[in-house]
Amino acid sequence: MDDQQTSEEGSQSFKAWLSALWRVMAIPLAAVLLALVIGAVLLAISGANPFRAYAALIEGSFGNMKAFGRTLAKATPLIFSGLAVAFAFKAGLFNIGAQGQLLFGALVSAVAGFMIKGLPPFLHATLALLAGATAGALFAAIPGVLKAYTGAHEVITTIMLNYVAINITDYIADGPLKDTSGGNVIARTPAILDSAKIPSIGEIPLGFFLAVLASVLVWWLLWRTTLGFEIRTVGLSPHAAKYAGMKVAFTVTLTMVISGFLAGMGGGIETLGIVGRYQPGFNAGLGFDGITIALLGKTHPFGIIPAAILIGAMKAGASTMQFNAGVAKEITDVIQALMLFFVTADMIVRKILRTKAESGEKITLSGWGQQ
Amino acid sequence: MQTTTTLPAPVSPWKRFLKQWGMTLGIVLSVVVIIIWQYSLNENITEAVLASTIRQSTPLVLGALCGLLGERSAVINIGIEGQMLLGAFIGFLVNVWTGNLLLAVFAAIITGAIMGLLLAYMSVTLKMDQIIGGTVINILALGLTGYFYQVGLTTNGKLQPIPLGPLADIPIVGPALFNNPPITYATFVLVILVHYILFYTKWGLRTRAVGEHPRAADTLGINVFKVRYVNVIIGGAIAGLAGAFLTLEAVGSFERNMTNGRGFVALAVMIFGKFTPLGAWGAALLFGFASAMQTQLQFAGINVPHQFIGILPYVLTIVVLAGFVGRTHVPAADGVPYEKE
Repeated sequence: MDDQQTSEEGSQSFKAWLSALWRVMAIPLAAVLLALVIGAVLLAISGANPFRAYAALIEGSFGNMKAFGRTLAKATPLIFSGLAVAFAFKAGLFNIGAQGQLLFGALVSAVAGFMIKGLPPFLHATLALLAGATAGALFAAIPGVLKAYTGAHEVITTIMLNYVAINITDYIADGPLKDTSGGNVIARTPAILDSAKIPSIGEIPLGFFLAVLASVLVWWLLWRTTLGFEIRTVGLSPHAAKYAGMKVAFTVTLTMVISGFLAGMGGGIETLGIVGRYQPGFNAGLGFDGITIALLGKTHPFGIIPAAILIGAMKAGASTMQFNAGVAKEITDVIQALMLFFVTADMIVRKILRTKAESGEKITLSGWGQQ
Repeated sequence: MQTTTTLPAPVSPWKRFLKQWGMTLGIVLSVVVIIIWQYSLNENITEAVLASTIRQSTPLVLGALCGLLGERSAVINIGIEGQMLLGAFIGFLVNVWTGNLLLAVFAAIITGAIMGLLLAYMSVTLKMDQIIGGTVINILALGLTGYFYQVGLTTNGKLQPIPLGPLADIPIVGPALFNNPPITYATFVLVILVHYILFYTKWGLRTRAVGEHPRAADTLGINVFKVRYVNVIIGGAIAGLAGAFLTLEAVGSFERNMTNGRGFVALAVMIFGKFTPLGAWGAALLFGFASAMQTQLQFAGINVPHQFIGILPYVLTIVVLAGFVGRTHVPAADGVPYEKE
């Protein structure tokens, strides 16, 4: 990516770095603005006052320290699901199944959080988090293996596996591991023990720092290790990778496993840091948001953090907006979808901004027949 | 790696036939055996299962037609789910506003066609990655329908079955095939029509040429962009019709995300059917049969948690994809934007 190359060249010119940064950021920023403008039009059509709605949205997400903490808490699992999707993109894979992997992560972390007893706090939380991440990784191994060895396209298999994940986690939380305390009838697992909880520092959840750390690790893995080089090569050209002697099938599988590990960890952090148990429906949509976030963040680990904070803010402020301005929360989904549209249909935005397309930044995924 | 090419050993035509069609024949035979066996036990249940098979297969085969029109001209359509969902929603809304069913179906078709136009614009003109383009359509449809959806609305009536005279009284197949609502009949016609157009008309030949070798087609004066646009738009219209089937013929109301992954199952159906309308129809009937059996299992009171029965169609889709995608000929240029020289 541009920023990293130029930083290697030293302080030759700060201006060049800035213009490179602008070139990277211009499209996502314009996409966000355009989406907000169209969102305002839609709000006006449905009879609401867009200015009041947006003011309430900002107040509910950045208005005070508590709101800001809520934004970061919402952004935390989103950073993970965004990283999961972006990581798979680097190998030319589209992991729409981050949702299912995240659900398994959330469930298994919850199970480890209430079943394992007698561990010291820090150790218990770490173990529960890793258990969730591993569950996500194992679940993602299925589409990885299928793609690598049979050519079944990961977009369809991961979406089908999302439905499988929803059904199985629902069954477990409503059957064998249902919370039976105090005559509970809702489908949910028992609450995790205090020792498994991931605490907050003031209003800011500790999980957020873990998410930032994960972004740095993903960046390091992708651009500073041999494995990362192989993953990116497979993503750019599987044929070239094969010709160079790389094990393409193995790399594809491993990429999906790591992607699932990240998604599972996102689910685990949500369980251990915020929800406190597994309850079906609590993590709905987080995996799909990962797609928007990965693309808004230009599939770069450091771009994902601000993108996730933006989407997290919309989620955090949505209830305030519903309460103060009487606007249905779902408008944030529409705005998000519009952001996704404009950031991917960047030719439209480029026409408005009058900038030229850059080479090498386009994402290409494989079609049906290729392996 | 050997570099010398050896001629394949001569294979008897019978063996080749078995290799190509053996599995399909086996599946068809076993399904027919199960149906006849069941019919001897209880004719009412059998007729219900067959009727339900047709009902379940209708949106799948329509979705598959949408998919294969695009793919035959080399545009991958992952957005069938979204086109269906938005078609279902707009059709539903128009019916609620006007009380007119025919107008509602028409609105659903137009909505699907507009979504098809959007996909064609993204993938043909903007040359975006087609899989991302389709995903954009899916997320957009989910967001828009979620925001404008109001709880508690129902349609003014539903499309009713029209029995085709004495045909509807034929045992076993009569009630399933000849006593259906209009969109189901339209589906039968569309399958045959699209098959005819694809394989027996000039337009179909052009479409397949554009899907296999766009450069050669262009050299012969075929407008690659136009062929892709038209096919993807017609495909979208068919997906819109599938949406209309869901709200106006099957259910009579709208729910959030009511397509429930059917658009993606349709893609598996398309691949299983080897990118041909008739093949897709057969595959859709198989999927429909699996879903119908699933409902019967639940009625029969077999003690399996409903979540496990609920995952069957999805698992079947994965198995089909894993087993068949490698053995099917995919249009050679599928998913590749065309650059004019």
